Amino acid sequence: MFEAPLLQVKNLSKIYGPTCPKCRTAEKETLIKNYCASCRTVHACRDISFDLFEGEILGIVGESGSGKSTLMQCLYFDQEATTGEMILNHETDMDENLLTVSARKKRFIRNNKFGMVYQNPIYGLKMDYSAISNVAEKMIAAGNRNVREMEEKGNELLQKVNIPSFRVKDAPEQFSGGMQQRVQIAKALSNHPPILFLDEITTGLDLSVQANVLDLMKDIQVEFGVSMIVVSHDLAVIRMLADRTLVMLDGKVIEEGLTDQILEDPQHAYTQQLVYSLI
Amino acid sequence: MMQNENFAYFDEGAKKEIRRATLKAVAIPGYQVPFASREVPIGRGWGTGGLQLTLSLIGKEDILKVIDQGADESVNAVSIKKFVQKTTNVRCTEETSEATLIQSRHRIPEVPLTKEQIIVLQVPEPEPLRDIEKSERKTKALHAEEEYSGAWLKLFEQIMMHGSMTTDADHPVLVNGRYVMAPSPIPRFDNKKMNQSDALILLGAGREKKIYAVPPYTDVQSLAFEDYTFRVENFFGRSCRLCGSTNTFLDELIEEETKKLYYQCNDTSYCMSLLNEHDPIDALPKEKEVLKHV
Repeated sequence: MFEAPLLQVKNLSKIYGPTCPKCRTAEKETLIKNYCASCRTVHACRDISFDLFEGEILGIVGESGSGKSTLMQCLYFDQEATTGEMILNHETDMDENLLTVSARKKRFIRNNKFGMVYQNPIYGLKMDYSAISNVAEKMIAAGNRNVREMEEKGNELLQKVNIPSFRVKDAPEQFSGGMQQRVQIAKALSNHPPILFLDEITTGLDLSVQANVLDLMKDIQVEFGVSMIVVSHDLAVIRMLADRTLVMLDGKVIEEGLTDQILEDPQHAYTQQLVYSLI
Repeated sequence: MMQNENFAYFDEGAKKEIRRATLKAVAIPGYQVPFASREVPIGRGWGTGGLQLTLSLIGKEDILKVIDQGADESVNAVSIKKFVQKTTNVRCTEETSEATLIQSRHRIPEVPLTKEQIIVLQVPEPEPLRDIEKSERKTKALHAEEEYSGAWLKLFEQIMMHGSMTTDADHPVLVNGRYVMAPSPIPRFDNKKMNQSDALILLGAGREKKIYAVPPYTDVQSLAFEDYTFRVENFFGRSCRLCGSTNTFLDELIEEETKKLYYQCNDTSYCMSLLNEHDPIDALPKEKEVLKHV
């Protein structure tokens, strides 16, 4: 018997531009990488489908401009996907395509079911509000109106991500990059979301801090049992975190499978190049 | 020089446009209706929003009262009053209960307003979410989606940093269970007067080009957390030095010579009428004597 996936994404596409008859066909032979030279359309994500299961970490690798971040932004509703379906099977029966529901419903899903950690903490945090308020923001958005409760929960989470208790009332603008990233993680976890999106969370951090953040993510997966989608161009991160991996190139998924399988026995020419350039 | 011959300064088309925006604002309590804020002979930020509302509403039968932070005699209130009087020839008053139209900066009078009255409040910043989100396009979307966590976050941060909600004025309110609204910089003391008010409350922001309203008998709830309730300014044990009131909004002042703190009603006309009522003959010299020090 097969387990039903927690999150199903089917044929998700994100197109910037008008599209023309040449790039609308299935072959899309006029495309240079993901760019249509005749109508100047960028096909950032092309027909992406995957399933995410409960407690699983799904890695997405690919070079810069391959559509990884755009995909994440579409999933988290920061951007509107052009076409496609996203179905979430969590608690209440939600058999509808979340990419086409109302903005209000999207906001509800975002605040209650998803957590996001951006590559750049500026997008995920209010830099001039205290760390504890940043964590509480997500709880407030989900309807919590009890200060004590939110403060307790916030302190607990900030402690979990190793922010010293004497700094929780400082603003993230006074924090180091690694600390800011950890505040983002605490914020993302504050509503116990079943799904976390991590977009290049270790990029720009030094190696020891990277290891620290990765350890934390592993702990969180074990402790809370959340599913995660991890975007990275760093194969070491993917190797350490991800159970399964998608490889993206020019907006398409070119290969997918167990992470070990992909790293040990890459099939697609690009993946081979990627894996061999690691050493 | 060209003579302005229109009643209430504006041409009829201009007044009509402002009234249409006002009607829409009344129909959607707390919603900020954009309008074509016009030039008036006072600077933006000096009550042009309120003045435009007043000019669009005023009729020959109206009796106007203008107050600035509770005072009828402040420069700004007086110049607005004079301007409206010059262009309309209506009667002005300082008596709150006598006025049919009241334009006010940052106070709601102490005398309860009636259903025959309209109060116009001047608004510097109509957007309660502006501190959190700079983009107008985005705040409009936040209102549309009823996403007010930004307003709550601001209060939460105050509690975290100072142990209580510290908005001294302009404490955000929820109108009719739908829109979060900036009540204009009135003290928290006046927030409760907006709830289920008998009078129509109109708010005009000239620089920001917005009109919004609280129609009579509308629920207006000050934002507060379950365990941190909304509290008004506390004047416990203090009373007005002139009239002795203990239930009004008091100004804290320092006497120049003795450097002593003293308190006085912020609403000058209320204080005055109370004095006249209590002691019609002696009030005047006594008050004169006190005012000499102020």
